Amino acid sequence: MHEMALAEGILQIVEDAAMQQGFKRVTEVRLEIGALSGVEVDALSFCLDMVLKNSIAEGARLELDKLPGTGYCLDCGETVPVNALYEACPKCGSYQVQATGGTEMRVKDLLVE
Amino acid sequence: MCTVCGCGEGETRIEGEEGHLHPHAHPHDHSHEHTHADGTTHSHPPAGHFQRHQGDLHYGLGPAHAHAPGMSQERMVRIEQDILGKNNALAAGNRKHFAEHGLFAVNLVSSPGSGKTTLLVKTIEMLAGKAKVAVVEGDQQTSNDADRIRATGAPAIQVNTGKGCHLDAHMVGRALENLNLPDDSLLMIENVGNLVCPASFDLGEAHKVVILSVTEGEDKPLKYPDMFHAADLMLLNKVDLLPYLNFDVEKCVDYAHRVNPALTVIQVSATSGAGMEIWLDWLLNGLDLAKAGREKNVEKNVESLKQRIAELEAQLQAAVTPI
Repeated sequence: MHEMALAEGILQIVEDAAMQQGFKRVTEVRLEIGALSGVEVDALSFCLDMVLKNSIAEGARLELDKLPGTGYCLDCGETVPVNALYEACPKCGSYQVQATGGTEMRVKDLLVE
Repeated sequence: MCTVCGCGEGETRIEGEEGHLHPHAHPHDHSHEHTHADGTTHSHPPAGHFQRHQGDLHYGLGPAHAHAPGMSQERMVRIEQDILGKNNALAAGNRKHFAEHGLFAVNLVSSPGSGKTTLLVKTIEMLAGKAKVAVVEGDQQTSNDADRIRATGAPAIQVNTGKGCHLDAHMVGRALENLNLPDDSLLMIENVGNLVCPASFDLGEAHKVVILSVTEGEDKPLKYPDMFHAADLMLLNKVDLLPYLNFDVEKCVDYAHRVNPALTVIQVSATSGAGMEIWLDWLLNGLDLAKAGREKNVEKNVESLKQRIAELEAQLQAAVTPI
């Protein structure tokens, strides 16, 4: 996907927070990435390494909380786990599954000094 | 590379504008030297970053207001912000603008070569006399597509994203400023030909419309599920070529519905005109809804103004009535 743009977005969030809260060093960045968000985690991690160079978060540890995908199956009327958008309902085999969770891409928190 | 869109710095161009459209955050590792009134000269990082107080080191300025030797003042800062939050906020601004002006905005997405621009040209020609149409054209380079649209008489703005792979809400907002759309217009945004990245970037549109042509594989919805999931309508284009191809329409629609059960599908051919009326009805219906929304807004504003006048008149009356 556009992981470089996402990495730059993360840096901007970090820099905005630093400006507001006055910290000068970020040692850890924790992200929440949903299984259905379309983010390639390895690519994002690679891009972040580059983008964070010469920033207050250079060398920061990257912690990733992967959130599971969930969907609502219109046929069995239940919320079921979803690994990919094109998968069938694991309970009834129907494809009438609407994704309801796991599309998140968030900066959750930072460890700062 | 650009923070908002991922494009190469200074490469986004909107016709009629100079230079890049949005500010670029960049790390400041240079320092700024200056002289104080007392004649001392020193340097510190630029404003907005972290400053040493008058050149001293203040460990006690940390959040704990204390410093124990060897102990780090590491603390956790809760952020809870969407990585695309900035784009989403700009998209919300665009959406509000569209609602206030009765604009029906659709974001056309597809792989390169699906026939988006030909379909657009045909659509504009068929809507002549029925709707006011304007176009924002997104491509990495050239204004060829905007030129094709302008040849139909419809206003068009080309946005060149440079190395960027998608349009973002900021680019569309700036293009809007240059378009001067009359109220109750149809705004067609032709995104960069790419079935991946534009799926994640909200532009403020009412609907994403994904165009898939029958000269592509019927399993594209499975290969690029994010886009088909984000769209509300799929146009299956170039159906006039079906007799010459091994394209299984039923299978393709089935795959698309696996990814997005709520997806509406219309089969069209910009060349033969097949299915175009259904597509136009879909557009005109959306335009009617946008117009009705604007009129309702105006009514609501008039009502609240009238109420305010009545309140003020009552106050005035009370003030001038002799006791």
